[in-house]
Amino acid sequence: MENTNTLPTVTPQQLFFKRWTTTIMVALGIIAITIWQYMLDPQATEAVLASTVRSSTPLVLGALCGLMGERSGVINIGIEGQMLMGAFIGFLANVWTGNLLFSVFAAVFSGAIMGLLLAYMSVTLKMDQIIGGTVINILALGLTGYFYQVGLTTDGKMQSISLGFLADIPIIGPALFNNPPITYATFVLVFLIHYILFHTKWGLRSRSVGEHPRAADTLGVNVFKVRYINVIAGGAIAGLAGAFLTLEAVGSFERAMTNGRGFVALAVMIFGKFTPFGAWGAALLFGFANAIQTQLQFADIQVPHQFIGMFPYILTIIVLSGFVGRTHIPAADGVPYEKE
Amino acid sequence: MDDQQNSDKNNTSAKDRLSALWQVVSVPVAAVLLALLIGAVILAVSGANPIEAYAALLEGSFGSMAAFGRTLSKATPLIFSGLAVAFAFKAGLFNIGAQGQLLFGALASAVAGFAITGLPPFLHTTLSLLIGATAGALFAYIPGALKAYTGAHEVITTIMLNYVAINITDYITDGPLKDTANGNIVARTPEILDSAKIPYLGEIPAGFLLAILAVVVVWWILQRTTLGYEIRTVGLSPHAAKYAGMRVPFTIILTMVISGFLAGMGGAVETLGIVGRYQPGFNVGLGFDGITIALLGKTSPFGIIPAAILIGAMKAGASTMQFEAGVAKEITDVIQALILFFVTADMIVRKLIRSKTENGTGVTLSGWGQE
Repeated sequence: MENTNTLPTVTPQQLFFKRWTTTIMVALGIIAITIWQYMLDPQATEAVLASTVRSSTPLVLGALCGLMGERSGVINIGIEGQMLMGAFIGFLANVWTGNLLFSVFAAVFSGAIMGLLLAYMSVTLKMDQIIGGTVINILALGLTGYFYQVGLTTDGKMQSISLGFLADIPIIGPALFNNPPITYATFVLVFLIHYILFHTKWGLRSRSVGEHPRAADTLGVNVFKVRYINVIAGGAIAGLAGAFLTLEAVGSFERAMTNGRGFVALAVMIFGKFTPFGAWGAALLFGFANAIQTQLQFADIQVPHQFIGMFPYILTIIVLSGFVGRTHIPAADGVPYEKE
Repeated sequence: MDDQQNSDKNNTSAKDRLSALWQVVSVPVAAVLLALLIGAVILAVSGANPIEAYAALLEGSFGSMAAFGRTLSKATPLIFSGLAVAFAFKAGLFNIGAQGQLLFGALASAVAGFAITGLPPFLHTTLSLLIGATAGALFAYIPGALKAYTGAHEVITTIMLNYVAINITDYITDGPLKDTANGNIVARTPEILDSAKIPYLGEIPAGFLLAILAVVVVWWILQRTTLGYEIRTVGLSPHAAKYAGMRVPFTIILTMVISGFLAGMGGAVETLGIVGRYQPGFNVGLGFDGITIALLGKTSPFGIIPAAILIGAMKAGASTMQFEAGVAKEITDVIQALILFFVTADMIVRKLIRSKTENGTGVTLSGWGQE
């Protein structure tokens, strides 16, 4: 975020708290509830937390994919399709080779290819970016549906790696430090992308291209190149989210298995104010809602499962309606750049 | 001499009109051919015989009067969903939620079809259709109002509402309104009464004629009414519309409601004319097909008809193709996605066919934060 309008009397700390008050209050509320629940039923609470992290992972990755593109001015509605393609190619690679690491790379690579396609449509062809993303989604749905054959099996999926004594920390230990590799990679990516966006020359260039491409161009930044690279990198991250689904969480592929996660990730990105840490927090909130939903389905409550199942989608709508107007959106987001 | 000149004039104007028509249809036609070509490559790569597959596809869709009737009945709901998406495009709105609105339309018309008794056939059908369409319109009001008042982008809200619609309709057909006749255990509503069914005129479904009528009405609203003018102005520039004194939020909501009305009617036509009841999973994808059809038809109401017949033919012929050529039905989804790609990436196509027209898809959508 830019600090140009800050009055000299406001310190960055004050600004931080002003901007994130709601988020901090919500987080404190959830922490309080969690500790209280932990005292009542430690096992169930740990299960909810672990499930929170699990279901937030593809959302964090999806949101990171989205914000890579959007920070540099390309709207990415095709996260869903990029994720689905990554999930499918990762799964196929696992079926053929049985090598999980190779399969993850295959998924990431296929996501990057889909990102390249999006970049080509939105940067080079200057197509409407929302339609371009929809093309990606429908294409991924069609291709994976056609090439998928029922009955393919794999040797297995990635297993959790416990980080020693860290995993024994009460409440958060099992949820944070006893995870499979892609989940750890997600934690690292959040920090890494924050660093790249806000503390490197590349990040400054990306953000300037997203806010004012003409000015960036005048200063010698190659707008097209920056957008291409960011959108492709975003696609690769979405591919990793797909790999998470087929190589880590479920272990197999189903048609249309992403189930709207790519779109929920977009809401997560907006809710997180287009920042990696914001997206992480928002994704954890969604994951938490999802985990509670799963718990409710096991519990003895007389609510039809369909109503519990809609909860994450309704939450997305509420969040989007409540926050989109209060977020700074990159000024050139969605606008193709025409060189003079 | 005069005659000579006149006929010359007529000739050139006919020629002009022909070349104008060619400019409009060349890109979609080339896009379809390119998509079929790449589809053939994919078929060949996956070990099938593309010629055999396409021949079977053609036979199953246009090979006989019965096949042609099947194509038209597949095309009927598609015309409605295509119109729904195209109509919203005119106001710069992307109604991906046509799917969800269509589900509610299908379910509501099924309920009207079996629960209302004692009405004469024509009246019962009309009433059920209108109830279905209204259900779709009401459901589309939600994303319209959210867009107009909070700025929540309709692409995300409508997709989320699609999942909500799936869940609610599943619950209703597996719970309160489940068909219990003959020990049925499948989630579905009872069958609609004969008086609610849309008849067939020979092989041609009467619903198809209704769809054509809808096309004309939509064209008339867009091109000949003040409302249509407002909708198109909002689509081109919400700011200009606002400064011209138009009620932009109202127009956005009304556009979504009309779009939902059309989608709901598509679901109702499917239920009353083909399925005969509401059963989850029977109309999956019709709303999404609407996106392809709207763009293939260049968002023009009359362009929707051939586009919907084309996609309808692929659906009608898919089973024949699977049966005779042993090709998985999903290849039609791939071809459809490729059509969508080439129609929207029309720069590629125009380069290939050396067309100089610069018309594009004519659709401009808003980003996240814009009104």
